Amino acid sequence: MNRPIRNIAVACLVLFLALILNANFVQFVQADELNSKNGNRRVINEEYSRDRGAILVDGKPVAESVKSKDEYKFQRRYPDDDLYAPLTGYFSYIYGRSAVESTQNDVLSGSDDRLFVNRVVDLVSNKQPKGGSVELTIDPLAQKAAAEGLERLGDDTKGAVAAIDPRTGAVLAMVSQPSYDPNRLASHDFTEVQKAWQDLTTDDDQPMTNRSTEQTLPPGSTFKLITAAAALENGVVTDIDDKVKAGTTLKFPGYGYTLPNENGGNCGGSTITFERALNVSCNVAFGGLALEIGQEKLGEQAAKFGFGTDPIDGLAASPSRFTNPDTTLEPPQLGQTGIGQFDVAATPLQMAMVAAGIANDGDVMKPYVIDTVRAPNLRVLDKTQPERLSEAVSETTARKLREMMVSTVQQGTATSAQIPNVEVGAKTGTAQSTPDRPPYAWFVSYAKDGDNEVAVAVLVESSDTARDEIAGGRLAGPIAKSVMEAVLGK
Amino acid sequence: MTTPVWVPRKRRGAELFLTFLAVFIGIAAYASVGLGAEGTIPADTYKLGGALIVVAIATHLIVRRVAPYADPVLLPLVISLNGLGLAMIYRLDIGRQQIDPARAAFANSQLVWTAVGIAAFAGILIAVRDHRRLQTLTYTFGAAAIGLLILPLIPGVGQTINGARIWVVLFGFSFQPGEAAKVCLAIFFAGYLVVKRDALALAGRRIMGIDLPRGRDLGPILACWLISVGILVFQRDLGSSLLFFGLFVVMLYVSTERPGWIVVGGLLFGAGAYFGYAAFGHVRVRFDAWLDPFGDPDRNGQVINGLFGLAHGGILGQGLGQGSPQLTPYSFSDFIAASMGEELGLTGLMAILLIYGLIVERGLRIALTCRDAFGKLLAAGLAFSFALQVFVVVGGVTRLIPLTGLTTPFMAQGGSSVVMNWAIIGLLLRISDQTRRPAPEISTFDSNDETQVVKIS
Repeated sequence: MNRPIRNIAVACLVLFLALILNANFVQFVQADELNSKNGNRRVINEEYSRDRGAILVDGKPVAESVKSKDEYKFQRRYPDDDLYAPLTGYFSYIYGRSAVESTQNDVLSGSDDRLFVNRVVDLVSNKQPKGGSVELTIDPLAQKAAAEGLERLGDDTKGAVAAIDPRTGAVLAMVSQPSYDPNRLASHDFTEVQKAWQDLTTDDDQPMTNRSTEQTLPPGSTFKLITAAAALENGVVTDIDDKVKAGTTLKFPGYGYTLPNENGGNCGGSTITFERALNVSCNVAFGGLALEIGQEKLGEQAAKFGFGTDPIDGLAASPSRFTNPDTTLEPPQLGQTGIGQFDVAATPLQMAMVAAGIANDGDVMKPYVIDTVRAPNLRVLDKTQPERLSEAVSETTARKLREMMVSTVQQGTATSAQIPNVEVGAKTGTAQSTPDRPPYAWFVSYAKDGDNEVAVAVLVESSDTARDEIAGGRLAGPIAKSVMEAVLGK
Repeated sequence: MTTPVWVPRKRRGAELFLTFLAVFIGIAAYASVGLGAEGTIPADTYKLGGALIVVAIATHLIVRRVAPYADPVLLPLVISLNGLGLAMIYRLDIGRQQIDPARAAFANSQLVWTAVGIAAFAGILIAVRDHRRLQTLTYTFGAAAIGLLILPLIPGVGQTINGARIWVVLFGFSFQPGEAAKVCLAIFFAGYLVVKRDALALAGRRIMGIDLPRGRDLGPILACWLISVGILVFQRDLGSSLLFFGLFVVMLYVSTERPGWIVVGGLLFGAGAYFGYAAFGHVRVRFDAWLDPFGDPDRNGQVINGLFGLAHGGILGQGLGQGSPQLTPYSFSDFIAASMGEELGLTGLMAILLIYGLIVERGLRIALTCRDAFGKLLAAGLAFSFALQVFVVVGGVTRLIPLTGLTTPFMAQGGSSVVMNWAIIGLLLRISDQTRRPAPEISTFDSNDETQVVKIS
């Protein structure tokens, strides 16, 4: 019976070997992945007992850890309540983290590899490890101006604002309304936290969605900037004084559909200048231009401005969409696409990038919100370097587009954004989705004053204002104006 | 010419030294728990440590007296595991009561059960002077095993805890008879197979290249399989079912030396497992939790928490008293391996697995060197069932295989488990003492002497 016993011994050896190899796999190979899973209370407990680093705006904390007297030693605090929530995100014992709290967690919690030496020193001196700090690119005045602008439209207003520096891509303001107070989720009173989470996640208005980066909606007439850019780039129109076809309706031979203008007008004649077409936001003219440019060229132009790419690191974001992939548009659909309807959907951040690209002589810079990352001893670990995303249009085309946007502010649909002695260019938009809900009001603009530049996109999804009053210029324009003034120091 | 007889050394001194080492591990772990969790060495460390040393020395003296040739490594290995387990249970008492002061503390009762276990160990060594006596009680043990297995199903006595009907409550004490049934079954199988091994191996017909035994020989085998499936069906105890069946198949293989039994057993087990998967929701739940624990984090919280604990422990562990093993449900019993992995790290867990491996290896070595077939089979069966049990429970906790409820020998909280495992070690030591004991002197005559042949001329 000895041979089977020897075989059994080998089998037992294999069993134990399998156990030991598997333990190595779980505790060594898989460990980092398991430790970073959401809901891992061991790691959260450890993080909660640490002095987590602050998230700073202009040197002032918008998220900080203060000493608490309970078992977790530190309490996460958001001094500005809901103002910076789309950026900071929340840091919750039960529900994990989001936004910058999540993407910069390694630095904030002090577990980043670049803080290794600090950790070793802390270990030797028996001190609790401390987290590093993250400085955002946000301009606090612009952020406040944007939030107050949306609030002025009423408590039920839904909307978003994104402002960026055209030369670098640094995000200067990012507001989403309605927002939420991350303090409610960071509380150590867990029943309160659960209640808050329940409220926030079941709210139909989705306050935890960052509308400026995550939600794509039809950009309406603001998309005419891209159609205009494509027309100039592809030689369909060579100058802003060129005549383009206008009139009351655009007909599509062979289709029963006709594309009208917004208020049933004729844009001022059967042919008008290209510049005037943009000033009055002429649907017939831009629908016709879209047909001449063609789907492929128009789609390429949109992609050059950033459509179809994840626009920003460190925040939850959705790519904007020119059309559904692999779809060949029928002429009426292409005409609608040219005026930002049909399947076109964009985030406010994307539309701000369009204005920024035009303001920056055609170069679209990659937007970013993290400016500097510092160790607990304030040593700079990382500073974001501006990065060019693409050259969307040539310098000449950019200059022509700016001229048209400026005249739109001076004598067109966007007069509400005028700032004395400052170059301001803008484009309004009102986009239809379904007949049973009010249209979206858009306003996309840029401003230049000496060394200062800013590009803004404002979206008002719905507000207390009655629906027939809605026009991008009237609703969203003043908000864009106050944000630009805040950045330019006016 | 006399052939030189190999006389094994007793090595009792080595055993004493290793025993001190093992006791030191336990006491150090206990002190370390106090330091880690509460910042001070527990005040009763010296008292408890002194008591442990006394018990260990007493055990050693008993072995020295009644089983002087027994394997010298097994006892220290078991003491070190038992000590670590006690320290961890004490540590989890502290941790769990931090969460909710109303939770029960287990360390003291586990200490008492350990004492009972050591008493059982000593009792077996003293009462059973020769393991072959057990062979005469083959069918008594068989009947006892079946009785013990049925016990939890009797209304009023049996109790369902955590979905498995494997508990018996008598006079206010609750225990799992399955542990005792395992030992009884091993003795029964060994006794039965020693008698029937030739019939099983040789008599019968050959069908499609497989030698099938006669029906009357096969009967008990099928009965055993049915009992295993019955346990699965009526008691919902997947782990014990697997353990009993694995024990039986392997002992069948060892006794008949026919690998075909492993194949047949594997097929039968596969069929049983498939049946279990198809018929029982709780088996499916376990299986799904194994394949994708994060698919349903609420339901698979225990498995996930165990993995989180292991990962948090990393290579060197959080240190005794400094992790959060109490977050895992049943961290003190089913998941004590994960608790060890969290606080002692991969290093500690591997050391514990090596200790288990050494116990199995010593057991199989006893089986190899044993001179009688019954002892060989019994030792091999006990050692293998030990290995299978460790594999099933630690493999389940570390997500190598689906989780089934079995106790981690010598470490998990639970009286019946500790007592019966000490009894197993008692049996192994008894067999090894018999094995290593020098054979009694047999007077021989010198064959070289000229045979006194009367020459007839």
